[in-house]
Amino acid sequence: MSKLTQLFKEKPNRLCSVYFTSGYPQLNDTVSVIKGLEAAGIDFLEVGLPYSDPMADGPTIQESSAIALKNGINLDVIFKQLEEIKNQVNIPLIAMGYFNQMVRYGSEKFCEKCQSVGIETLVLPDMPMIEYEKTYKAMFAKYGLSNVFLITPQTSEERIRKIDEMTDAFIYVVASSSITGAKGSISEKQIAYFNRIKSYNLKSTLIAGFGISSKDTFDTVCEHVNGAIIGSAFVKYVGANGVNTINGFVKEIIG
Amino acid sequence: MSEFQVDENGYYGQFGGAYIPELLYPNVKELEDNYLEIINSEAFQKEYLYLLKQYVGRPTPLYYAPNLSDKYGAHIYLKREDLNHTGAHKINNTIGQILIAKHLGKKRIIAETGAGQHGVATATVCALMNLECIVFMGEVDIKRQSPNVARMQMLGAEVVAATSGSKTLKDATNEAIRDWIQHPEETYYLIGSVVGPHPYPDMVARLQAIISEEIKWQLKEQTGKENPDTIIACVGGGSNAAGAFYHYMDDKEVQLVAVEAAGLGIDTGESAATSQLGEVGVIHGSKTILIQDEYGQIVEPYSISAGLDYPGVGPLHAHLFETKRGTFLNATDQEALDAAFELTKLEGIIPALESSHALAVLGKMDLQKDQVIVINLSGRGDKDLETYITELGKRQARGDE
Repeated sequence: MSKLTQLFKEKPNRLCSVYFTSGYPQLNDTVSVIKGLEAAGIDFLEVGLPYSDPMADGPTIQESSAIALKNGINLDVIFKQLEEIKNQVNIPLIAMGYFNQMVRYGSEKFCEKCQSVGIETLVLPDMPMIEYEKTYKAMFAKYGLSNVFLITPQTSEERIRKIDEMTDAFIYVVASSSITGAKGSISEKQIAYFNRIKSYNLKSTLIAGFGISSKDTFDTVCEHVNGAIIGSAFVKYVGANGVNTINGFVKEIIG
Repeated sequence: MSEFQVDENGYYGQFGGAYIPELLYPNVKELEDNYLEIINSEAFQKEYLYLLKQYVGRPTPLYYAPNLSDKYGAHIYLKREDLNHTGAHKINNTIGQILIAKHLGKKRIIAETGAGQHGVATATVCALMNLECIVFMGEVDIKRQSPNVARMQMLGAEVVAATSGSKTLKDATNEAIRDWIQHPEETYYLIGSVVGPHPYPDMVARLQAIISEEIKWQLKEQTGKENPDTIIACVGGGSNAAGAFYHYMDDKEVQLVAVEAAGLGIDTGESAATSQLGEVGVIHGSKTILIQDEYGQIVEPYSISAGLDYPGVGPLHAHLFETKRGTFLNATDQEALDAAFELTKLEGIIPALESSHALAVLGKMDLQKDQVIVINLSGRGDKDLETYITELGKRQARGDE
């Protein structure tokens, strides 16, 4: 059983995950960020693989990615950083990047590396379902990797059910029609959307992301789905405050 | 079915497809489900062809260029897309897509632009149809193409500066996609080239296909010949080339020459010649050839011409390149400038810098004296006057005539 599945069994709600940009704000901060977030009580982590053209991300993550790339981050460096702390990290790790990064690196080699450094789940928001079914489902399985699909308020019920069937990690519920980093509170419309998805009685765990930035938004979202991912708000925080006060940031949100 | 048409999954050979976040899936699916039916409908065809004739000024002439022909020792014809309303081929596509957008009930139109030609063509049709228009343009391009920025604003469009990355066409496209993600229901993304997720490359190629449709009958009328021997077009994303090649792709005796921008030279690191420098990958939702590093990070390209300054190429062109159906050549900044000055002097036509790249390969090809060549003169040079004035100053200082 994967660490993630085990986690979902033990803790069915108020799951809190953080997305961070590898190699940001400093090249070697990847390690301190992971250790800091685990110590602060985060349940699982999204390791952001910085990309030059992150289509689904907002300005905060794009800018942090550009800085990380300038710092010299690349997939080999990230895998090396993860390898170093492999035996010290217990929470599940997810890699989030873009399809082109995997393909150019060599998809098989990418999967092999992920497995060897302890990544067990992938989020590649621009991978088409048809490619997944045709090629990558089998390849990921070979390396013990599961894939996460995103759904949005516009995703049809039929498609959501198909995604639910194909999912063995969790469904990433995009909380609004938005790129990452959107601000504000959770609207009635979003709550209606969460409730609609809940009414489908899906088998998968539901984790919300995009626009979760505070204790308030986290608490509201957790009343409707199993947990949430905090991305841009964290990236902004470490960009401004460095990696030493991560604990405070996390406690502020999860209490 | 032709091997150069998109297949039922949206691929040209291994290229194309729709590599998009779920956030864009409903929009793209809506378009995919409807575009062929709309384009093939009688109502669409009637309005599209009417507007192309009475508003755009089509058919554009196929002009036999006697002086250029003399100089290069071949029969050279220029397809005068530069004479279209708004100054380039771009409007063929925007007229078609605005009708599709209207049919889908969209009220808000967004577009990306490099040189500003597509932005102007989009702002123009939005003014015509009274639709809200937002154009994303790289900050660098806004500076180097300021007359087009003013034209778009005068037409009522809002021009939004893309300040990320290289601040050029690629980044303007990223910003447009982001805007589309945030406004999925009421917004139509009017892409300006044969790039982006399926069905855009096929849809834009179909809307530009009027170029080769006209070349076919015009050449027959003027020469009695069915086909030219060679067609030459410049390629950034590749929409004018797709239009000029479209009805000849299966006629294998017609040589299709795509000319990319070499910038300062292929090996200088300052180039946009995608087929020469690129590898297979994904950009803006399409699997194609793109300029990238070993980790798949997209490399910022360079060309003097904002319209060719793009790190990818449309999936149709990637397929033409891979299957060797297309001959891919390139021209440097200076070669394009020289070709622009040459055409101006020989024929009294000031071409766009983009189109000048297509003209620039004449001297690099082994031409036969009875060879019939059609060059797609995709745009006029008004927008490039500032660059041409600088070049003119250099020439005058050197004492050239």
